[in-house]
Amino acid sequence: MKVAQKLATRRRVLEGIYHGAVVSVGLPFLDCFLDSKGRALASTGESLPVRFGTWFWGLGLCPGRWEPKATGPNFVLPDLLKVLSPFREQITILSGMRAALDGNVNRVHWSGGRAVTAGEVLDNLPSVDTIISGAIGDATRFRSLEVSATAEKTVAAELVGAYSWSIRNANSVNAGETSPLAFYGRIFGREFHDPNAAEFKPDPRLMARESALSAITESRQGLVKQLGAADRARLDQYFTSLRQLEHQIAVQLEKPPPLPACVLPKVPVEPERANSDDVEATIEKHAILVNLVALALACDQTRVANIYFTSGGLRRPGATTTHHVLTHEEQVDLKLGYQARVSWYEARMMENFVTMLRSLDGIKEGDGTLLDHSLILAFSEHGYAKLHTLDNIPMFLAGKAGGRVRTGMHIKAAGDPVTRVGLTIQQAMGLSVGSFGAGSMKTDRPFAELLV
Amino acid sequence: MSRCALQKILIGVALAASASACHQQVNSARTIRGGGPLVIQRLTPQQYRQSIADIFGPDIKIGPLPPILNRQAGLLEVGAAATSIPPSDLEKFASAARSIAAQVTDEKHRSALIGCPEIEKHRIDPSCADRFISEVGRLLYRRPLVAEEMRAQRKVARAALSDLGGAYAGIEANLTSMLTAPQFLFRWETTEPDSAEPRLQRLDGYSRAMRLSFFLWNTTPDQQLLDVAESNKIQTMEEWDRQVDRMLHSPRLEDGVRAFFEDMLGFDGFGSLSKDPTLYPKFTTAVADDVQEQTLKTILDTLLTRDGDYRDLFTTRSTFLTRRLGAIYGVAVIDPEGWQPFQFSPRDPRGAGILSQASFVALHSHPGRSSPTLRGKAIRQSLLCQRVPDPPGNVDFKLVEDTNNPAYRTARQRLTAHATQPMCTGCHKLMDPIGLGLENFDTGGSYRQAENGAVIDPSGRLDGIDFKSAVELGRALHDNPATVSCLVTRVYEYAVGRSLTTEETKWIQDDLKMAFEKHGHRLVPLMRDIVTSGQFVEIHPQSPAIVASQGPVQSLP
Repeated sequence: MKVAQKLATRRRVLEGIYHGAVVSVGLPFLDCFLDSKGRALASTGESLPVRFGTWFWGLGLCPGRWEPKATGPNFVLPDLLKVLSPFREQITILSGMRAALDGNVNRVHWSGGRAVTAGEVLDNLPSVDTIISGAIGDATRFRSLEVSATAEKTVAAELVGAYSWSIRNANSVNAGETSPLAFYGRIFGREFHDPNAAEFKPDPRLMARESALSAITESRQGLVKQLGAADRARLDQYFTSLRQLEHQIAVQLEKPPPLPACVLPKVPVEPERANSDDVEATIEKHAILVNLVALALACDQTRVANIYFTSGGLRRPGATTTHHVLTHEEQVDLKLGYQARVSWYEARMMENFVTMLRSLDGIKEGDGTLLDHSLILAFSEHGYAKLHTLDNIPMFLAGKAGGRVRTGMHIKAAGDPVTRVGLTIQQAMGLSVGSFGAGSMKTDRPFAELLV
Repeated sequence: MSRCALQKILIGVALAASASACHQQVNSARTIRGGGPLVIQRLTPQQYRQSIADIFGPDIKIGPLPPILNRQAGLLEVGAAATSIPPSDLEKFASAARSIAAQVTDEKHRSALIGCPEIEKHRIDPSCADRFISEVGRLLYRRPLVAEEMRAQRKVARAALSDLGGAYAGIEANLTSMLTAPQFLFRWETTEPDSAEPRLQRLDGYSRAMRLSFFLWNTTPDQQLLDVAESNKIQTMEEWDRQVDRMLHSPRLEDGVRAFFEDMLGFDGFGSLSKDPTLYPKFTTAVADDVQEQTLKTILDTLLTRDGDYRDLFTTRSTFLTRRLGAIYGVAVIDPEGWQPFQFSPRDPRGAGILSQASFVALHSHPGRSSPTLRGKAIRQSLLCQRVPDPPGNVDFKLVEDTNNPAYRTARQRLTAHATQPMCTGCHKLMDPIGLGLENFDTGGSYRQAENGAVIDPSGRLDGIDFKSAVELGRALHDNPATVSCLVTRVYEYAVGRSLTTEETKWIQDDLKMAFEKHGHRLVPLMRDIVTSGQFVEIHPQSPAIVASQGPVQSLP
């Protein structure tokens, strides 16, 4: 409604000076160019927006190989995490936390991820990224963006082909875009306005498009008549999505404030074998995608991004087994004390976590980097994939959330529910939320030591 | 004229049901009343593409469309009735809408598709534009636009003309709007009181036309069907039978049958299927397309061209090959481009119909090796409609041996080691003994006699029937009663877009399945029985409880 009113006003303002004419008059900013405290977004970086992101890898990490011995700030990175050294002060390691089934079936490779992201092992509650994007997503063209480096056959049986944990409810999933080219087109294609361009020329077609959408809204009443509750909810979801489209148009009709950190990426080359389960091809694609995501954040196209690296269905070229099959079938090497071939994949996971962090950290923004102005939750879905365990699920936080969180810590919360992380994140992102999760995982205890 | 007599005349000899079967069918249609809940399905990408091709012609290009991800009761078509449109999906639909609208109104297409004269420069006759929108709106929404919708579209056209100018800006905006609307993106069913029994609800004429058309042709209703819906003649038995007949005899029935089997066999899984190019260099993307087409061609040939027994799909030796597939099967194919009919010899171990075809064995495998467990599970779930319990979350794989262990060279040996674990035995017994029958086929679909130098023993057991080879497994599946009831249930659920109601489970077994058996397990009479049953069009105002159509967990032998 808000957007429609704004458009109505703007239509009056702009009518007449349109028809392709260059408009450089200053128009009133939308809320989207104000940060959550209402201050105008300045190019000095003082009040840059805080972004939220998730980064998922499947199949956990071998227990005992990733948790530092010491807790607090004075920990030593274990071998498997050595690769994180350059970011030691920008991350927090979270160990020991568990997902509780509360009598529900352990849907392998699924329940644990739902517990981390939604605070339950069922499919009813929204994931934390959608809660956050619901609160801050209206500021930008896209409420949230989802990408997936993999197009493998997912390890979990649920939502095959979605490559995403971003779930509003069981009927509405924000699927991960698997093509860098398509993702580029969606963000930086014809409809992208460079915030740093000298001239702003709003596209008159956007106006026509807006009225085309408003005609749909007008027919809503006629459609709900015979609907049952479930279908009504589906239709509501449709109209939520429609408002999001209208919102995108509203944002595009405004001249964006300049953002020095925003640089247009080159059109990406679609990697060969982009849709294979080949681990090398996936790593290559991941690097391209996280760069695009970082620039989408720097250009303030969205403030919430979800990155899906792999569910664990990857395979080394020529190998007959995938990482997932190996977790179950490879014997523990008695000398090493862990599964050697599985461990090779785990090292790749951590390397790619670093690739993502580098992409964010490589963008200078204000007095810091994009990573400093972000909060990233990196998580997996099992503790020990070999046994499908739901305790000691590995999680990391990265970025300082614009100074709202402390980093450089190892927090060991043995036996606590994973929901403490979700609650901490929401509070760090400025949401006034007192508890998170369902059943025995419901918690009102954030990690206060992390919140500034 | 009685319904039965008329039907016989229309059907002709080829497809005529016996008189008793025909009575059976009419009776069965009346054994239960009440129907199921209203169903509102999101269009699948294929239905979207086919609708656009039917309405605007096949040369309109359509970009990527979001797929249905939610498989329910074994079918995406049922999942489509529980799927909404999240923002990223609507963005894709909106972008497809803009692109289609731009093409329909471009200089290449406008005169043929719209045909409104320009009465002056940059202006077309508004009443002609109005007529076009009302006509095309009826095709897109599968019913006429209501007055309010027409008004809204006129407003859209006016705004676009003033914002953009140009003669076709209004129509382009209207098309964009309608193609993005839920009225188009969802199949929107509505009801009316049943004239015979006004206490009960039935699908109204347009919804009836829609259900029929998507089931039989996997596309939007054509003009003729919409016309009889508009006059409400579609609600008479004579007209309904006439339309059913027309559609069942059309070559377009192939599209519907294809869509059903693609869904039932889970061919969407090919989207994320990859085979290691160093191990299986013959299994390229083109081959992945060919293996699906091979199976679909076998199905269409068996069930439509030959009007044969559904169960023969698991025993037939006839198929079609391309030169690329010839390389997989080790068969010389002369035609470099096209499809060539091919028959495996009676003693060829690859004569287990679609079971031994590359589409089945490759889809249900690991990328680098075969999987008797996955194949057994697929037979249970997709072909017998039985649910296999999920592996226990805390399963201990300690004793599963390494594939490089020289003592366990074949899958049978490795699985035996694993499945003797008491915890694992239960489930693996449901799957492995079936899947082991297909071990002569590697993950790339090729025939092999040995794995890692050890001779493969393809014997196994399906529900108490021992078999020694894939061909005998095919025979066992052919003779398994669950094979038949599974197909009947799946086709019905596909047709109505939902799981069975409690009442329907008995009707399916006692009536629909019996009729199917009497008709020699032929698909077309089954489809006819479904669409001419009362159940197909009756709607229960309060949705009755839906039972899970997946059969009970298979008990241990």
